[in-house]
Amino acid sequence: MKGTNLGEFEELVLLTIAALLNEAYSVAICDELSNHTGRSVKLGVVHAVLNRLEEKGLVKSELGEATKARGGKRKRFYEVTMLGKTALLNAKSLRDQLWARIPSPAWKKM
Amino acid sequence: MKEKRRHHPPSWAQRFIEWYCKPELAEDLTGDLHECFERNLHTIGALRAKLIYIIDAFKFFRSYTVRKSIFTNLFTNNNMIGSYVKTSGRNTMRHKLFSSINIFGLAICMTVGLLLIAFLLDLRSYDRFNKNGERIYRITNIITSNKEQSGKFATTSLKAGKLIREKVSGIEEVAIMRNNFSGDGRVGDNILPIKGYWAEPSLFRIFTFPMVSGNSETALKDPYSIVLTETAAKKLFGSQPAIGKTIQLDSLAYQVTGIMKDVPFFSHINFEALVSLSTVEQMNKNDQNFAAWTNMWSNSVYLMPSEKADIDAIRSQLSNIAAAENLADENTKIELEMLPLYDIVVGENLRQSEGGPGFSGPHISPVVLWILGGLAFVVILSACFNYTNLSIARAMRRMKEIGLRKAIGAGKGQVRLQFLAESVMISLIALLLSLLLFFVLRPMLINLAPDLQRMVKLDLTPVMIAAFILFAVIVGVLAGFLPAVFFSKINPASAFGNASPVKMFRHLTLRRAMVVIQYTVTLIFITTTAIGYVQYKNILAFDLGFSTTNILNINMLNNKPDAMLKELSEMPEVVATSRSLITTGVGNAWGGNMKYKDSHDSVLVMTNHIDENYLPLHNYKLIAGGNFVARPINAESTSEVIVNEEVLKRFNIAGNNPRNAIGEQIVLNGRKLTIIGVMRDFHYGKVENLIGPVAYTYWTPEDRAIISVKIQSSDMHATLASIESIWKKIDPAHSFVASFYDQEIENAYSEFSAMIKIIGFLSFLAISIASMGLFGMVVYSTETRLKEISIRKVMGAGIGNLIFLLSRGFLVLLSVSALIALPVTYLFFQIMVLPNFPYHTPVQVTELFVGLLAVLLIALLMIGAQTLKAAKSNPIRALKSE
Repeated sequence: MKGTNLGEFEELVLLTIAALLNEAYSVAICDELSNHTGRSVKLGVVHAVLNRLEEKGLVKSELGEATKARGGKRKRFYEVTMLGKTALLNAKSLRDQLWARIPSPAWKKM
Repeated sequence: MKEKRRHHPPSWAQRFIEWYCKPELAEDLTGDLHECFERNLHTIGALRAKLIYIIDAFKFFRSYTVRKSIFTNLFTNNNMIGSYVKTSGRNTMRHKLFSSINIFGLAICMTVGLLLIAFLLDLRSYDRFNKNGERIYRITNIITSNKEQSGKFATTSLKAGKLIREKVSGIEEVAIMRNNFSGDGRVGDNILPIKGYWAEPSLFRIFTFPMVSGNSETALKDPYSIVLTETAAKKLFGSQPAIGKTIQLDSLAYQVTGIMKDVPFFSHINFEALVSLSTVEQMNKNDQNFAAWTNMWSNSVYLMPSEKADIDAIRSQLSNIAAAENLADENTKIELEMLPLYDIVVGENLRQSEGGPGFSGPHISPVVLWILGGLAFVVILSACFNYTNLSIARAMRRMKEIGLRKAIGAGKGQVRLQFLAESVMISLIALLLSLLLFFVLRPMLINLAPDLQRMVKLDLTPVMIAAFILFAVIVGVLAGFLPAVFFSKINPASAFGNASPVKMFRHLTLRRAMVVIQYTVTLIFITTTAIGYVQYKNILAFDLGFSTTNILNINMLNNKPDAMLKELSEMPEVVATSRSLITTGVGNAWGGNMKYKDSHDSVLVMTNHIDENYLPLHNYKLIAGGNFVARPINAESTSEVIVNEEVLKRFNIAGNNPRNAIGEQIVLNGRKLTIIGVMRDFHYGKVENLIGPVAYTYWTPEDRAIISVKIQSSDMHATLASIESIWKKIDPAHSFVASFYDQEIENAYSEFSAMIKIIGFLSFLAISIASMGLFGMVVYSTETRLKEISIRKVMGAGIGNLIFLLSRGFLVLLSVSALIALPVTYLFFQIMVLPNFPYHTPVQVTELFVGLLAVLLIALLMIGAQTLKAAKSNPIRALKSE
């Protein structure tokens, strides 16, 4: 089924949301990603991914309090859903399994 | 804090987002952008922050942000389009005269647009077949001799190419190409003239010329290897495989090491064969001048910087190389520039010596394209004016329709859309018609000048068709814009009430202005054609300083001229014959470096090699000294030179006195020569060039020859045929290349004649469109004033009186146009065009007024015929119905 698999960027965004906890809104996610990955992440791309994640039910969002800083516009805060959490854990365990399968002597020779 | 507040994101962009975006997403999206904006305000300044905001506003226009209702709105309008098409169709059918004026006018003008679009698209497709086209450059040489700019050349020296390869970093490939490889390929009994270039293996790595067989890496490596195009291989070897075989070229044998696909039509270089550059290097091993820095007349160097190379760094390395090399000769400075591949065909005019790569290849300067585009735009605009004008003039008849539409709920926007749809529809119908015209005119345009045949095909491509349709829509919108605005403003109440005709004529000024503009444009076109034609005729009849009548120039190709001369001298029609290296006065040039006493003062002079019969045959005027006496057999033993007055002036030889200059010595191309004659100044180049220093030396048998034959015959055709039969005896392999001097001069100015034909054609279009428009206006105004005319007639007005009354308004408009157009054209020629031609004749009054008379005559005929019809009609008929 489409939607159960996470793309690489989707996974990063999802992890960032989880890491930012209560401060996860688009610009913050964008900054965090830029800082950690070292590549310039475009706001538009993050927006599109957030929207897609929400459609898949991996995150949910609600509008926060209005502040002066953003021209009086409210922020939309994101939160990882249970489904999102499962998807992340699945992704991680899949990787761990694969890592475990690499025979270490062969790995070191490379 | 206050300072920061001053800057806000552009409000229209914000509104734009709020308009298209889903309401639930809009708030946080604009918030985000606002946050980014404020951040950018600090880091990169207000202007760029705003720009980024705007760009982002458009970037967020995505499928998931856009409201569904925006799409639905478009669809509801689409539903109405059916109704618009229906009413427009009915309207078109009801007013057949006006509709056909509109459609024909638009169609004719759009044909011009279509031709131009096709032309531009063809030019744009040049060299695009190269996969690495974007990063290919050709070296341009700017040579300055004695601090005078001696010109930009498309060619450069072999040395420059080699130095670039050795010293410049950041370059992936360099390919040197040398001109003028030509000869008769002989395979068995099969003889075929082959033309091409000397080239290096790297050429195949730069340009995308796929090989059919052979290895592109090694094919051009060894001396005496040749790569043929498929067509050339087929001609020489028939269906047999050519690879590995030898071709006998003159006395040398070349091995075919590769067969490549034919060079695409849209390539700026074209050839049948490539021969390894190492061949020509081996041949010229002992010539020190061959690889000299200043020997830059017959090589082109192409570069391909590596993908991420810093072009500016390469440029500065090039200028370093040039600076180092220029130290050797302080009188000649050569600078190296890089010209992007895609700017070769449409780009700056560069000088080239005869036969260089792309010498015969296509080239057009952007200025010409802008001029053509401007002219086409003006003509198209003129047709749009017709549409606008007639639509608004007929507004009264459609008032009720608009009123009704508005009364049952149509908004301004919908009425506007309706009229735009109508005009787009008409322009699409016109497109069909103009496509037909396009096919009719296409061969005519291509055959306008030989250069055009080599330059464009104008074949329909999908891109072209898309461009045509887009163009038609734009024309439709342009034409329908003003009527749409006008109709959308109609107030339904006044549309149903007694709409006062006075109100309808509010837009009279606008319409009058349009007629005036149309006629001004038409008059400018026509007078330009007239003046241009007269100037062109003057150029052809220009006294070049030597005679060209009845002189046939025969290009001997590679044959020795002696046998031909002998045969020719036996013909009774031949008055005289002479030999020369090149034909002057048609734009050809052969240069040399001249010095006088001061060995540091050298100047580029134009030269030709001629025999003793050349000057008398062409009636050159010698003002001092005499003809060549010595008969040197090779260039080394040449000792005499005949110069023109400019040479004396340039070097101040013998105090500028021709008599005393005889016997003086000058150095030409490193050889000491004695001046034995001084010619009166004449036009060595084309008429637009200033006369410069020229030196003629003796023609020696090692030069190529052009035989000039002065003919006196009552039957030129027969004479020409018998000369051709002599040629056939001497050289059966090659076709006879000869043309009359006058014809060659005419060909040299073919671009002018093409330009005049194009402007002439445009002025024909402009006048037909303006006339059609005027015709429509006259028909309309006489129709609406029929009652008035009838009453006047009943009251006793005469026909002459009525005609004057009806046509007075139009005559005033025409005179206003004439008053604008004539001075504008006159000044345009005096200030802009003619100063480029130092030897022009001034513009005459007659040329200015011929066009005006023609336009006036046509306009008067039309106005007269219509008003006469109205004036002659029986007043009872118009008056009895109410």
